[in-house]
Amino acid sequence: MPFIPHTPEDLRAMLERIGIPALDGLFDEIPAGLRLHKPPAVPPALGEAEVARLMARRAVPERRTLNFIGAGAYEHHIPAAVWQLATRGEFYSAYTPYQAEASQGTLQVLYEFQTMMASLAGLDVSNAGLYDGASALGEALLMAVRAHRGARRVLMPATVHPAYRRVVRALVKHQGIEVIEVPYCTDCGHTLAEALEPYSKQEVAALVIPQPNFFGVLEPVDDLVNWIHARGGLAVGLVNPVLLGLLKPPGGWGESGADIAVGEGQPLGIPLSGGGPYFGFMTCKAALVRQMPGRIVGATLDKDGRPGYTLTLQAREQHIRRSKATSNICTNQGLMVTAATIHMALLGSVGLRRVAAASCARTQALAEKLTAIPGVSRLFAGPHAHEAVICLPASSSDVLRSLLQRGILGGLDLRVDYPELGHALLVCATETKLTEDLDCYAEQLQAALQDSRVSPC
Amino acid sequence: MSIPSDLKYTATHEWVRRETDGTMTVGITHHAQEQLGDIVFVETPAVGKAFKRDQECGVVESVKAASDIYAPVGGEVTAANAVLRDTPEAINQDPYGAWMFKLRPADPAEWDGLLDAAAYAKVAESEAH
Amino acid sequence: MLIFELSRPGRGSFHQAPAPVPEPQLPPALLRALPPLLPEVSELDAVRHYTRLSQKNFSIDTQFYPLGSCTMKYNPRACNQLAMLPGFLAAHPAAPEAAIQGLLACLYDLQEILKEVTGMAAVSLTPMAGAQGEFAGVAMIRAYHDSRGDAERTEIIVPDAAHGTNPATAAMCGYATREVSTDREGNVDLAALRSAVGPKTAGLMLTNPSTLGVFEPSIEAIRDIVHGAGGLLYYDGANLNAILGKVRPGDMGFDVIHVNLHKTFSTPHGGGGPGAGPVGVSARLAEFLPVPVVAKEEGGYRWLTELERPRSIGRLSAHGGNVGVLLRAYVYARMLGREGMARVADYATLNANYLMAELARAGFELAFPRRRASHEFIVSLKNLKETTGIGAMDVAKRLLDKGFHAPTTYFPMLVSECLLIEPTETESKETLDAFVAAMREILEEAHTRPELVKNAPHTLPVRRLDDVKAARDLNLTWKPNPG
Repeated sequence: MPFIPHTPEDLRAMLERIGIPALDGLFDEIPAGLRLHKPPAVPPALGEAEVARLMARRAVPERRTLNFIGAGAYEHHIPAAVWQLATRGEFYSAYTPYQAEASQGTLQVLYEFQTMMASLAGLDVSNAGLYDGASALGEALLMAVRAHRGARRVLMPATVHPAYRRVVRALVKHQGIEVIEVPYCTDCGHTLAEALEPYSKQEVAALVIPQPNFFGVLEPVDDLVNWIHARGGLAVGLVNPVLLGLLKPPGGWGESGADIAVGEGQPLGIPLSGGGPYFGFMTCKAALVRQMPGRIVGATLDKDGRPGYTLTLQAREQHIRRSKATSNICTNQGLMVTAATIHMALLGSVGLRRVAAASCARTQALAEKLTAIPGVSRLFAGPHAHEAVICLPASSSDVLRSLLQRGILGGLDLRVDYPELGHALLVCATETKLTEDLDCYAEQLQAALQDSRVSPC
Repeated sequence: MSIPSDLKYTATHEWVRRETDGTMTVGITHHAQEQLGDIVFVETPAVGKAFKRDQECGVVESVKAASDIYAPVGGEVTAANAVLRDTPEAINQDPYGAWMFKLRPADPAEWDGLLDAAAYAKVAESEAH
Repeated sequence: MLIFELSRPGRGSFHQAPAPVPEPQLPPALLRALPPLLPEVSELDAVRHYTRLSQKNFSIDTQFYPLGSCTMKYNPRACNQLAMLPGFLAAHPAAPEAAIQGLLACLYDLQEILKEVTGMAAVSLTPMAGAQGEFAGVAMIRAYHDSRGDAERTEIIVPDAAHGTNPATAAMCGYATREVSTDREGNVDLAALRSAVGPKTAGLMLTNPSTLGVFEPSIEAIRDIVHGAGGLLYYDGANLNAILGKVRPGDMGFDVIHVNLHKTFSTPHGGGGPGAGPVGVSARLAEFLPVPVVAKEEGGYRWLTELERPRSIGRLSAHGGNVGVLLRAYVYARMLGREGMARVADYATLNANYLMAELARAGFELAFPRRRASHEFIVSLKNLKETTGIGAMDVAKRLLDKGFHAPTTYFPMLVSECLLIEPTETESKETLDAFVAAMREILEEAHTRPELVKNAPHTLPVRRLDDVKAARDLNLTWKPNPG
């Protein structure tokens, strides 16, 4: 029997000790009318070799592709050691470190993670991880509203990832929180302080500041932080952790820094894996730590005065505070956070900065090559990180389909979420894309455009 | 179990002392701190804020529990004990000395609705079993 | 030793980072002035450091881990390897569906398997953990009442034995929580439930078998009471492994459920996640399921999103949820197959009842001695504590010395000094017998050498940690020594 070690003799001896004649007797408290009398209609069992064959077949993509999509999930090189270490059974098959003395490995990894993330963000403290970037943003806004103790209104620039905005709405809508969308400048592709003015007379708990924003454009973070602080609200940074190796950390934005910074941890050594599991991270100023959701690890001493680590501030959490908890979250996506810690330890600050710089440089080179094609133009000319918006002289969905036939995942179609931009694509090249890959994309785009009927952008 | 007879109490384990200037000083009882264990954090209400009777106005946290503090009478907060921010354990050491906040009651007659020491002893005793 | 303390300036080797490139064009005012505090270590330094840290953990792969309510059963290696095939890992979440048909086929099949084993009409895989599944479930209950213009229902009823996530979730969905008590045999007090329900009742959240390790025999009466009041019935699937293939939540009358794949379907706990908490619903709630869900159409598999599901409660993650976890569960489900589903419940229940019987013989007091255990059961050390001063936490710590992970302690809160013990189906009789022997020894020690137990553990990398100090003198990040 797969994964069940009992021999017939074990079964007989155990039933005898329990004092029942057969396994069925174990379920005698379930009302008879509810009991199933035949096995569920699911496929019959497969052996390991058979299921390996099935999965190997399904894992093979129909054609090899070069990926130029970013949009919140980024293809970076992951050092071989990261997942070989993270999938060691002692990390992989342990649970939340409730028994601290038997979990010092996981706890120290989390303490190292918190140190790394707080430093990357330029803020005082970090929690031990959340589900993903989008839900971390939702939690940050709930936290900001709790900390503000007055306003239940938050400002959300339209330059925040559209899926993140949807997730935030789904997570906060039952708590009477109003999420106001702030329009962006269609010329420069970022939020202008002027666009916030209509809300300057209202009480606002928080302003979300994405850096870079969904378009890869850098926001005027200093002005935005100063604007919201002048009105008594909290500044919530939404940042990419790899780019923080290069960009000014949220703690240094404006006169007094962002109050909370969150983001998607996937770029730190987590494979794309069809969208998950990833992890969210959350950092904040020390004064807000008791409003923070999720697991937090603290250093302490044992009976003999030796240093050790333990979960702390647990009174915020659901298992103690129940309906008054900061969140219902239990997980910290522990395995992902372990991998990310190892990833950051291997790269160091120099390596992380190189990944960030190379990704930005490659995307800038890609944008130049693509816009050299007649009819292809770039939107939002200001400074960019590792994504850019290009405008096509033909239907973006047709072009993407044609590119896929040519082995190129050409970017994200912005038609649905930003129809005002026309036939626009969000493209991304990380450090994994070499000059020959960029040339290949440019050649294939040119060919795809020649194939399609040209209609103006 | 220490329950001084010169104080009044609530069923939610606050003690209240009426001062000569008419304000009321509030803390948590010996029984409450014993139930919570080692107290690690105290959140006191902001001075100037007004609360209705029985409204939540603070939190006391230990490692394994958290307990809300309720305003025993309605009124405005006139002082909060800043010492508790750095030494929350003062509540364990001296619950009737380590006051949390002072209120100026909106309706001084609410004092009469509070429990006396004997009545509170019954409340605490019923919880101990 | 922390990784930061191993750091030496100039030691980082950077062969895992890209070669330096000309600086990208970015305004200096937006750049970082000081590097972040990341270590400079060699690859070997890092490998040795994290390998050594891993060895300070207890895990299923190294120890029996009878942590009640958490289902720490063996995580098959094949599930990990097959979910980490390069083709799956390289799949971008925004890739066109045509490029990821194999991946979508796995997810679609898993949806179908979960529908069948739970008896629900429709399933969404997207919630990223049990607690997020709960959020989705209660949000759907709210969406259902709202869609009928029924705005009076403001309360979620929860048994007092429930996981803390239940009331926390109700609050996140804007509901007040109303607790109902448990009777002496561990069942929901029906009289209390009858008086709690009414026009304000949005729903009841129930774990069955309950967190007390017993099956709720009056489930049909409970269903009728809640439905009769116009409320919906929510199944917290934390303990689905106890009844897999035996009885289905859908047949019990539940309207909404979540399933913890990291419990019943053996995906790894990873030191605290990632999990996955798919939700299932009866037909009347199907349109509210969180998006995306996978559909099978003539041309192949595709995601259904907000565009096709306008009445959905929305999106809970930026992409499709914890896909890699779902793949691991899928592989596990295919290896169990039709015949294997009920075996999970059979042997998990067998092991729990055997261990319960043996511990009772060893002199431990059971919380519910007249009941059949489900997949887990509770021992109460209340009397031991009164006679020897040794409580649940002491016994838990002493078990660590003897090479066993501790059971869950101090949950459920209804039973004082409780140990919630869940052996799971993947443990052998020999392992259970060795655990009973260790428990016997500890019981003996509690009477003869109580200090030994009080001061446990003695053999681990650290002794009992000062969690009061950890909370009072918060130290959440390492700081380099000044100078």
